[in-house]
Order: sequence, then structure tokens, then C-alpha cells
Amino acid sequence: MTALTILLVLVLLLVVFGLLFRLQILTSIFSGTFTRDIGMSNSVNAILMLVFLVVGGAWFAYSFVENFNKMNPPIASVHGHQMERMFWITMAVIGVAFAITQTLLFVYSYKYQHKEGRRAYFFAHNNKIEVIWTVIPAIVMAALIFAGWKAWTRITGPAPKNSVVVEVMGKQFNWLVRYPGRDMKLGVVNYRMIDAVNEFGFDLSDKSALDDFTTNEIHVPKGVPVLIKIRSRDVLHAVYMPQFRVQMYAVPGMPTRFWFTPTTTTDEMRARLGNPKFNYELACNQVCGGSHFAMKATIIVDEPDDYQNWYAAQQSFSQKNPEVLAALKQKPKSLVSQTVDPTEAKEVAPAPLAASY
Amino acid sequence: MSDMAAKPNFSPSVQAQGGIGTAPVPATEHGDHLHHDDHEHHDQHWLWKYVFSQDHKQIAKQFLITGMFWAILGGTLSSLFRLQLGWPEGSMEWLTPFLGKWIQAGKLNPEFYLALVTMHGTIMVFFVLTAGLSGTFSNFLIPLQVGARDMASGFMNMLSYWFFFLSSVIMFSSLFIETGPASAGWTIYPPLSALPQAIPGSGAGMTLWLVSMAFFIVSQLLGGVNYVTTVINMRTRGMSMSKLPLTIWAFFLTAILGILSFPVLFSAALLLIFDRSFGTSFFLSDIYIAGQALSNQGGSPVLFQHLFWFLGHPEVYIVIMPAMGMVSEVLATNARKPIFGYRAMIGSLIGISLLSFVVWAHHMFVTGMNPFLGSVFMFLTLIIAVPSGVKVFNWLATLWRGNIRFTAAMLFAIGFVSLFISGGLTGIILGNATLDIQMHNTYFVVAHFHLVMGSSAFFGLFAGVYHWFPKMFGRMMDEKLGYIHFWLTFVGVYLVFMPMHYVGIAGFPRRYYAWTGFDAFSQFADMNKFISIAAIIAFLGQFIFIFNFFYSIFRGRRATQNPWNSTTLEWTAPIEPGHGNWPGEIPAVYRWPYDYSKPGAELDFIPQNVPYSQTQSSNLPYEQDMAE
Repeated sequence: MTALTILLVLVLLLVVFGLLFRLQILTSIFSGTFTRDIGMSNSVNAILMLVFLVVGGAWFAYSFVENFNKMNPPIASVHGHQMERMFWITMAVIGVAFAITQTLLFVYSYKYQHKEGRRAYFFAHNNKIEVIWTVIPAIVMAALIFAGWKAWTRITGPAPKNSVVVEVMGKQFNWLVRYPGRDMKLGVVNYRMIDAVNEFGFDLSDKSALDDFTTNEIHVPKGVPVLIKIRSRDVLHAVYMPQFRVQMYAVPGMPTRFWFTPTTTTDEMRARLGNPKFNYELACNQVCGGSHFAMKATIIVDEPDDYQNWYAAQQSFSQKNPEVLAALKQKPKSLVSQTVDPTEAKEVAPAPLAASY
Repeated sequence: MSDMAAKPNFSPSVQAQGGIGTAPVPATEHGDHLHHDDHEHHDQHWLWKYVFSQDHKQIAKQFLITGMFWAILGGTLSSLFRLQLGWPEGSMEWLTPFLGKWIQAGKLNPEFYLALVTMHGTIMVFFVLTAGLSGTFSNFLIPLQVGARDMASGFMNMLSYWFFFLSSVIMFSSLFIETGPASAGWTIYPPLSALPQAIPGSGAGMTLWLVSMAFFIVSQLLGGVNYVTTVINMRTRGMSMSKLPLTIWAFFLTAILGILSFPVLFSAALLLIFDRSFGTSFFLSDIYIAGQALSNQGGSPVLFQHLFWFLGHPEVYIVIMPAMGMVSEVLATNARKPIFGYRAMIGSLIGISLLSFVVWAHHMFVTGMNPFLGSVFMFLTLIIAVPSGVKVFNWLATLWRGNIRFTAAMLFAIGFVSLFISGGLTGIILGNATLDIQMHNTYFVVAHFHLVMGSSAFFGLFAGVYHWFPKMFGRMMDEKLGYIHFWLTFVGVYLVFMPMHYVGIAGFPRRYYAWTGFDAFSQFADMNKFISIAAIIAFLGQFIFIFNFFYSIFRGRRATQNPWNSTTLEWTAPIEPGHGNWPGEIPAVYRWPYDYSKPGAELDFIPQNVPYSQTQSSNLPYEQDMAE
């Protein structure tokens, strides 16, 4: 139905333009001015400029307001609220510039349309106004840069010491999630140890890997800083969590990270939105292959107590997959040390150009 | 080219003798022979005249028509993926005769969807808006507007087109291979683009892409070196750099950007070829894919992004600056006013050119790059708003108190300014690293660059074609069809890209085959349909232009020598200039190119080749000194 309406409107528009210009030819033939260079079509175009400004502006304003709620994903992180404020302040600033310049453009186009016998005003330059319209945008930009820089350094700065750590690994085409277990230390992983069972590439010869556990969903506590460590085991992916205003690439060979503080539990958000099926979603936002568009994970924000209980109830990877541990023990020691090159298996190996934060 | 050898005065090297060293004094002494030559040139074999031509005007037309072919193809691809986005549940069975195995059970193959967006981007950015726009108008206008007989090297110029043609053939053939064309996005980020295991398009399709781009870069460099050399050395008598039309300044700086940045893409492509075929690890490390751990260690995918965007960002200015130059020219001519702030316009072009080299990493804020770098690049990026703003204000001031004639070219020039404002302003959001965390890779980005560089550059291209068509083909394009083309396209572009911002603010990622899998992005089903319909109609509207273009070549109203009453040198050449451009001597230049509506002058324009001694009544005091 919408399709039909739009189609109809555009076709009508086309017909109207066609008729307007056709009419102009006919009248100019009658009035004997057909060969004249600048005829009535000039004023038709000038009027259309004004019509475009008014109708286009009204349509834009209407559709913007109409879709305003749809285009604002709910916010559930501390820095998300700050970003949102900065986003709409910037939008207001550029909105003013947009309105002024577009209005001038179309109004001038209409107002200064060709008139017989008038001559344009020879006005080649004026240093004063040129300085003004260079300096004012420069000052506005400086303010925006400063605000952006302050927020950026805070958001990308080191995660607080009390952060909960969760690691996410991207692969074609799903997300693997791991937690550090009881010792709060993520064990060594090595991509050479990856197989169908050991998807993460746990190196169980590292003791701190023994209690690490993997899950399908990401659980995080409300009100506590969460540090997401990010890896990829094949191509580039990006961890994108629109409701938390979080995004960071997953880069093979270069672990990255992002920290944030959730402010609203999943249950609270469901109640607020009146949508019992609501879930926070993690989308892949860097093209990674055919099923890129379906590479999704769910994030559950729990109350801290619930989170503790959930965390305690998880079974470690080594417990769930004793055969991986057994296979490791059977291997002669020398082979193990060959496979596990300690320099490359370090948790955050400094790759070239790696983040230093 | 045996008959060329018999006429040494045509040989650019002879021309250059006058040019090099003594700067803007070309070999006009050969002028009187040229008239004679003009007649003989009609005997030239058609193969040399129309195909392997060394005449810059013919090469320009070759670029333009090849570019139009690519634009139709690129637009068709976008219609296909807009069909998918508008109706993700709909059947595409009816496309099976065209797409064959890429339609499975009535559904578009998701990997082919990625191939479509990849090829759409590659084609539009490189083949249409770089080669088709800059290739056409740099070639056509530089010799005509600076007052030269041809490019510095006509032979290199011919090679530039034929390398582009070769590159086009290779890229086109990649559409038909078994595993499909390149599918890793036009930015071809490895490892996806390096590993055929990751996506079939990264097999032979990617190899062809890289080979094609290598030839494309050769073409760009041959062209660019020629443009720069011609502008520096072959300006006519009196044509100082401060009397150049803004078009030439724009083409000149664009060529410099291309020469400095395309080699970096070449190196990135070369290293990627090494990673793909010779087992090196420039961009690959710690990869387990398709059940196998690869031996590559120590490479960095982020390194590729640095190399790519070191070209990729200047590239968007390579696309937009020629359009800016032409729009300045068309606005001044049709507002019958001097361009406001000529020197500020040159200054802002130079500023934009310099800055364009130090902002590339704003495409990489969230790639894991050091956040300190993010701060630096945010700072440098947002500064670009200042010279861009200067340009917009100067265009507005040019319209102010003008006497505007709405030719089709003028309409597109005004449309360009409008689109450049709309798209440019959202750059202030994306250039802010903090806000980019949310906006990166969403449809907000897609909307932004389609307005500011895609549609704007297309509008610049249309303005250029409508404006210089009479000089190219000696006939006029139909103005009425031009008006209809403009209004349909202008309304269409806004209907497509304004709502796309909303989808982007909601966070819908680009390059998604469907939005149906996520609750967060599913509220825009109607909007996506709306965008798709508007996009397809706006695309179909372009056939009005195609028809007008080809119809007017053969049946258009005959042009006069200077149909727009313009001041620049190309309009002093014959209606259809022969090889060598001016039959007699090349006119000398005495004044800047924007003497429109000068008080005291008889007409509302004074061409650049009119000396001050002939315009006593309108001379300004310092000009009067020069007249005496």
C-alpha cells in the first residue's frame, strides 16, 4: 500500500513537471517568444525551488518527528546517556546550520531569478564577512571537538579495577563467550588448539584456563563496570551492542576491548518497554561473510545477586569436556611446549599497531 | 599514427618546448599551420580518430560514455539489493533468468548480496565518480580552459583511457565467474578478502578485482601526471595561476591527490596479493578457518585499513573536488555574478586537499586503534568543516543578488550545494569519535556519504554534462527533459537518503542481507520499503538523461559558439573544436575568469581574452593601470 502511494505520488509529480514545462512551451509559442533563451521555464523553476523548500522542509520535519521514537534505541549504559546527549546537541547545532543554509539557498534561488533589464550585483569578495564565516564555524567546531575528546578519553580509558571481565570471540557466524571462572583470570588460548570441541582454543596446560567457562548468552551485572575482551578467530567482526552504545572490532591476532556500565536489567527494560520478549542484542557490524546479517548474541543484564548466583552455577569447560584435558595429559611434554609457544600465547600479545590501552 | 608524425606542430613535445621553463607561453608561433592541419585531419582513419585517439576531447568522451555504462550497471546492482532490503520475504524467482544460480528457492543468495554491494561501491566510487567524472572533465576542460592545444602527452593520455578500459573489462568479467565477484565490501578488508575459505567471492573474483584495480591505478597515475603537467606548463599567454577558472584549480589539486594517494592503494593491493597467493602474513595472523589453523603469524588486518584509507579518504575528495570546481563555474556563469571569494575558494580547496591526507583514520575509530590516535584524527577531521563551510557560504553569496538563469546545469549546481550541505553536516557527527562508536558502519554512514560524495558528485557530473555538452558535441541538450530529470532526481535522492538516516540512528548495520533477525532493527520494515521504491524510481529516472544525451548528440538543437555567455577560454574555440582546439593562434588571457555583470561594461560578461584596453568603461582603478 505504501509502495503504491509513493509510486503514485512520484508519477503524479512527473506528470505535473511535464505539464508545467509543456504549458510553458505552448504559451511561449502563442506569445511568439519561443526562441527566447530565458523564458517562463525560468520562473517555473524558481517557483519550484521555493516549493521544494517549503514542501520538502515540511515533509522532513514531519517524518522526523513521526519516526523519532523508532530511531532511538533504548539506552542501558552510563556512557550511553552521555553519548546520547552529545548526539542530540550536535544534531541541534547542525540542524540550525542546515536550516539556515538550505533556506538561504532556495530563497536566493527564487528571489534572484532572472529579470529582464536587471543586472547582477558585481560583488567579488568581502574580507570581513569571509573572516566572520570562517571564525564562527571554527569556534563551534572547537567546542564540539573538545566535548568529543573529553568523552572519548573517558570512554576508551582504562577499565575500573572492579570490572567484571567477559571475553567474546567472533567466528563465522556466531559469538563464543567465556568467563574467567573462580580465579577471575582468563586462561591462555591458542588458535592452534581450536577444534570442533575446543572452539575457543583453550590451552589447558595453563592452570588459569582450567576453571574458565563458556556460555551461549552473555550475562552481565547491573551497575558494575563490565570489561569486554574481544577476539576473532577467523576474519574481522565487530561487537556492536546498540542499546549499550558499544562498538569495537574483533581482530584476528589482536585482542581488543571495550568497557561499559549497564544501567538497566533485562527485566527492567522489558517492563519499561512493555515488551516481554525484549532482549539486548549483540550484532556483528563488520562484514564477515554470507551469514554476517545473522551473527547475533543475546546479552542478559542481571541484578548483581542474580549474576553472582548464575556465575557460581556454571561448570567449567575442562569439567564439561574431560576428554580435552585427558588428551593433553597423554601428549608428551615436549610436544605440548612445542605447540604452545609462550610468547604468542600471552593473553594480550602486543601485536603491531595494537591498542595500548 | 603516421600522419601525426608528418605534422610536428601537433606533437605535444614541440608544444612543450614553449611551455617548459618559460611557463605560460606555449608555442603559439605554430598557430598558423594549425588551421591548415585541421582540414587534413578529416582524412584520419576512424580507428585513430574515434578509438585510439590522442585528442583530449575524444578521450574525455570515451571516459564519459564508459562511465555512463558503469553508472547504469552500478545503479542496476543497487536496485537489486534494494529489492532484497525492501522485501526480505518476497520471492525473487522472476530474476532467475538473469541471476541464475544466485537465486535459490526464490531467495537471493546472501553471499551474492554482499557481492552486489561490493561491486556497487567499487563501480560507483572508482569507475563512475573517479574515472567517469574526473577523467571526463579533467581531460575535456584542462586544455580548453588553460588555452593549450592538447594535454602535455597525448599518447600517455590515450594510454590512461585504455588502461581504464582494460581495468573495466577485467572488473566486468569478474561478474560472470563461477564463484562470483569480490564480496568483501568495496573496502576489501582482509582477512575476509584474503581467504576464499571465508567467502567464495574472495577466490577468483577477488583476484580479478585486485588486478583490475592495479590497472585502474596505472590509468589514474598516467592521467594525473598529465593533468598536473598540463596545468603547470601549458597555460596560454597571460594565464597565471591566479587567473585560472576554479574548475582547473579543482582538477589540478584532484590530480595531485590522486598521484600521492593511489600508489598507497597499489601497495596495499600488492601486499594483499602476496598474502593471498604467496603465503606472506602482512595482514593475517592467528586464523582458524574451515577446520584448519593457518600458519600466518604476526600480520595486522588494521595495517591494511591504514593503507586502504590513506587512499580511501583522499579518494572521496578526488570524487567531490572536480564537482565543486564545475559547480563554482556553473553557478557563477548562470547567476551572472563573479564567484564570491575567488581566492578563498582556492584557499579552501588547498586546505581540504592538505587535510584530506591526515584524516584517514576517522574510518577506524573502533577498529582497536590506539584511542590517542582517535583523538588526533577526530580533531583533524572536524577541522575540515571550516574550509567546507567557507565553500558553501561562498556559493550562497554568489547567488545573492544574482540574475539567475535556471539552465539544467544550474539546477544541478544548486542541487549539488543543497546535497553537499545535507550530507556534509552529518560528517560532523561521524567525525566525532565518541558518536562514531554508535554510528560506525550503520546506515547513518551510508546516508551520509551517499549524500555528500555520491549524489553530490553525480549532481556535479550532471551539471558538467549539461553545461559543456554544446562544446563536446556542438549541439544543445533538451532543456525541458533536463528540468524533469533534475526535479525527479533531486526529490528522489532526498526521499532515499533522508529516511536512511533514521534507520542508521536506530543502529541498523550496513551490508546486512536482512534486518529481520534482530528486534532492534526490525521497526523500519515500511521505511525500508519506502527507500527501496524511491531509489528504484530515481534510478529509472536517469534514463531520461541517457535518452536526452544520446538523442541530443544526433538530433539536438545546434549550439552557438558561446551559448551560456560565459567568460572562459573554451567558449572562444570553434563550436566543435578540431584537434588542436583553436584554428589560429591560441587566445591570450588578460583577466580573471569571473567578470560577470561588471559595472560599466556593455554586456554582462567579459571573456578572459578581452584586454583591459578594450574595456575602459568598466575597468577598476588597478585594471586601468594594466590597460595603459
